[in-house]
Amino acid sequence: MNATNFSRRRFIQGGAAAAGSLVVGFHVPFANSATATSASLPEINAWVVVQANDTIVIRIARSEMGQGTLTGLAQLVAEELECDWVKVTTEYPTPGQSLERKRVWGNFATSGSQGIRGSQDYVRKGGAEARMMLLQAAADEWKVPVAECSVAKGVISHAGSTRKTSYGKVAAAAAKLTPPTDIKLKDPKDWKLVGKRLARLDTVDKTTGKQIYGMDLALPGMLNAAVKACPVFGGKLKSVDDTAALQRPGVKKVLRVGDNAVAVVADTWWRAKTALDAVKIEWDEGVNASASSAAFADVIKAGLDAKDAVIGNKQGDALGAIGTAARKIEAVYSYPHQNHACMETMNATVKWTPEKCEVWVATQNGESAHAAAADAAGLPPSKVEVYKMLLGGGFGRRGSPDYVRQAVLIAKQMPGTPIKMMWSREEDMAQGRYHPVTQCKLTAGLDDKGEITGLHMRIAGQSIIAGMRPEALRDGKDPVVFQGLNDGGTESALGYTFAHLLVDHAMRNPHVPPGFWRGVNTNQNAIYLECFIDEIAHATKQDPLALRRKLMAKHPKHLAVLDAVAKHVEWHKPPPKGVFRGLAQMMGYGSYVAACAEVSVSNEGALKIHRIVAATDCGHVVNPQQVEAQVEGSFVYGLGAALFQECTVKDGRIEQTNFHQYPSLLLADMPKVETLIVPSGGFWGGVGEPTIAVGAPAVLNAIFAATGKRIRELPLTKHSLKA
Amino acid sequence: MATLNVNGKLLDYQADADTPLLWVLREQLGLTGTKYGCGIAVCGSCTVHIDGVPTRSCARPASSVKLGEKIVTIEGLTKDGSHPIQKAWVALDVPQCGFCQSGMIMAAAALVKAKPDPTDKEIDDAMTNICRCGTYNRVRAGIKFAVQEMANAKTGKGQKVVNALNIEHVAGSKA
Repeated sequence: MNATNFSRRRFIQGGAAAAGSLVVGFHVPFANSATATSASLPEINAWVVVQANDTIVIRIARSEMGQGTLTGLAQLVAEELECDWVKVTTEYPTPGQSLERKRVWGNFATSGSQGIRGSQDYVRKGGAEARMMLLQAAADEWKVPVAECSVAKGVISHAGSTRKTSYGKVAAAAAKLTPPTDIKLKDPKDWKLVGKRLARLDTVDKTTGKQIYGMDLALPGMLNAAVKACPVFGGKLKSVDDTAALQRPGVKKVLRVGDNAVAVVADTWWRAKTALDAVKIEWDEGVNASASSAAFADVIKAGLDAKDAVIGNKQGDALGAIGTAARKIEAVYSYPHQNHACMETMNATVKWTPEKCEVWVATQNGESAHAAAADAAGLPPSKVEVYKMLLGGGFGRRGSPDYVRQAVLIAKQMPGTPIKMMWSREEDMAQGRYHPVTQCKLTAGLDDKGEITGLHMRIAGQSIIAGMRPEALRDGKDPVVFQGLNDGGTESALGYTFAHLLVDHAMRNPHVPPGFWRGVNTNQNAIYLECFIDEIAHATKQDPLALRRKLMAKHPKHLAVLDAVAKHVEWHKPPPKGVFRGLAQMMGYGSYVAACAEVSVSNEGALKIHRIVAATDCGHVVNPQQVEAQVEGSFVYGLGAALFQECTVKDGRIEQTNFHQYPSLLLADMPKVETLIVPSGGFWGGVGEPTIAVGAPAVLNAIFAATGKRIRELPLTKHSLKA
Repeated sequence: MATLNVNGKLLDYQADADTPLLWVLREQLGLTGTKYGCGIAVCGSCTVHIDGVPTRSCARPASSVKLGEKIVTIEGLTKDGSHPIQKAWVALDVPQCGFCQSGMIMAAAALVKAKPDPTDKEIDDAMTNICRCGTYNRVRAGIKFAVQEMANAKTGKGQKVVNALNIEHVAGSKA
């Protein structure tokens, strides 16, 4: 650590000490030079630093937002490194360092359930390479062949003598060696740390209030900003009357932010927020001023029969088969806009000078935050640095750098003063990147025996890619729309075989900005498909498990998780009296998942979800207890959405302003969850998202079994389950 | 200048009369363990104890808290994270992102003090905090773990409560 870094660290901690409580954790990076983590040298390679006292610092490029990736990645590196787990600590490299070192840490983006599966190969190689260099350094010192040296828990031994040394002692020499080129990874059967139910590395500070989130950061001389953007997406600022706000205590400035927002900067956030309420803002709401959810729904509905659809999966001639079928079943489903509603509202702290822009932010993508900050700062990327903070929830929302850009635009108007910009919950609800809104018409042709001859899934509605990365559209096609419905592949393949199948999409984009919302398009696609399969089973008097098993014969991995669930719940035996079951399965993010929900519905219509049994095949498992935590959490996120959550648009803006109008699943609603981890090995699937998809359809199918009511429009609160 | 009794200390602060206790704690007294989540007393992230009663500090003006009322925040629950609820949270790796957990822990600590052996229904009724990551089942398990630890401590038999999740804590590690 150089002198500048040192004074900086002391400064921040000093301010914190005065404040009484802030204790700075290891994951709050303060290095203000893009080159230096000299505090943690010697660096064996980009992933591993071994300090003289044998402390192992493992670098983590992906973001920790609760999903446990930080611990899992450390396990993977430590496994190959053969170090002592007790000595392991972690640190985030910065996006600036990544830029300078030509992306030596690979992708920082923490989305698409990629944290483990997208990095496992190179982080394990990083650990193995470091181990080889450390062993070589010991061999060189002892002047013996490296083949005679071995290591266990960071202690190196020589087979031909009693000599021993430690990683810490040879680290400085190892760091000078040329890295080997022939790196072999362990056979999974030899794993010692990977696959263990290890405790997370980041729990303790979360139980004492010491953990610092982006929202908690305090810098010397810092001011606070509250911000309000035009509530009608696409609208602009027309006029601002700040007379009353400027007279309020503690207010320093009222600023225009870009062309669509106003910020108040004050000594405290509470004063900034209350002063912002006193600013008189006139908006030019633009062409979307009268937009509404009801109007979108009509446009999307027309898309269900439109001619302009693009094809996602086509087998045979589904329309022909349906046209000549003995019997036809048809149903239309819909899925609403939803906000991510991270517990920590969007925020970022920025210090801008003409020479340097520094950003402290909880982000799922340090690199895109860095690029957005550089753009907004008007500085070359080399003069911008981003320090990643722990996330108070991400769920996809913190992959969008819109709030980082906003914070930079504010700080740039007050050079040299660190500004913490934080959204109120109301602003967070109004300025989301919403789960896309879609409808789906499913049509099945049946022969005279009730066998499916053809299936058509027409999806109509919003494309996330069109809204967020239009350059990634392929001839007008958003491939992500078809998640879970694809013809094969290792990411999100349909688990059924239909002789004649057509899955197509008529894109209809409202003005509401879409986002990647944990689970993304598998969420509604699983509801559409898995509930409709249930409808077919009911209409043809088939057992829902038996029908699925018949259609899944050529998809053994999909089938295996479904079978695991059916076996565990003893599907062949009736559930307890008054309890009803529903099934669902899906593939997403490279993993296979299935669930069975057990529910009861009272005569008054009260739903109780008693138990969910869920199976996951994610190939290899790094930390089973964290996989279980993700599976349980997925049901909270997915079921809360299906039961309660909808963002509706009126007069161009989102109507729901806070949790009282946008309820979450609570502890009292939470079913017992029994997680079956059934890894078949040989591949690496994601865990954070796939299970979201199966919760809602399993519950909806169980509700049908209980009540005979088929819920096709979400959330459930739109319907009465009363007998 | 006004004064609050926080974590056993009398602390002076300066804030406008309508300022919620939450913002005095966070911005005047530097106690950032108490979180802002909604500002309307719905999510529970801002839960503190006032005279032992779990209270949502975002909706309570600081100026309405009398000097005789004792406020305890997550930082003051214990000095060293040794409250049975905190220990249970660590044993069972309850937190995910952790942002809501200060409020969860304060609500749970108040519950087990008022009801040393709460029923599931009592846990349901007391724990109305929102967690978006979905830690609820571990929160429930954590409360039961703590209750057992507290009962064992009372009998002085010192049995170890079984870690039902079988989470491996390597001795000496950060975790």
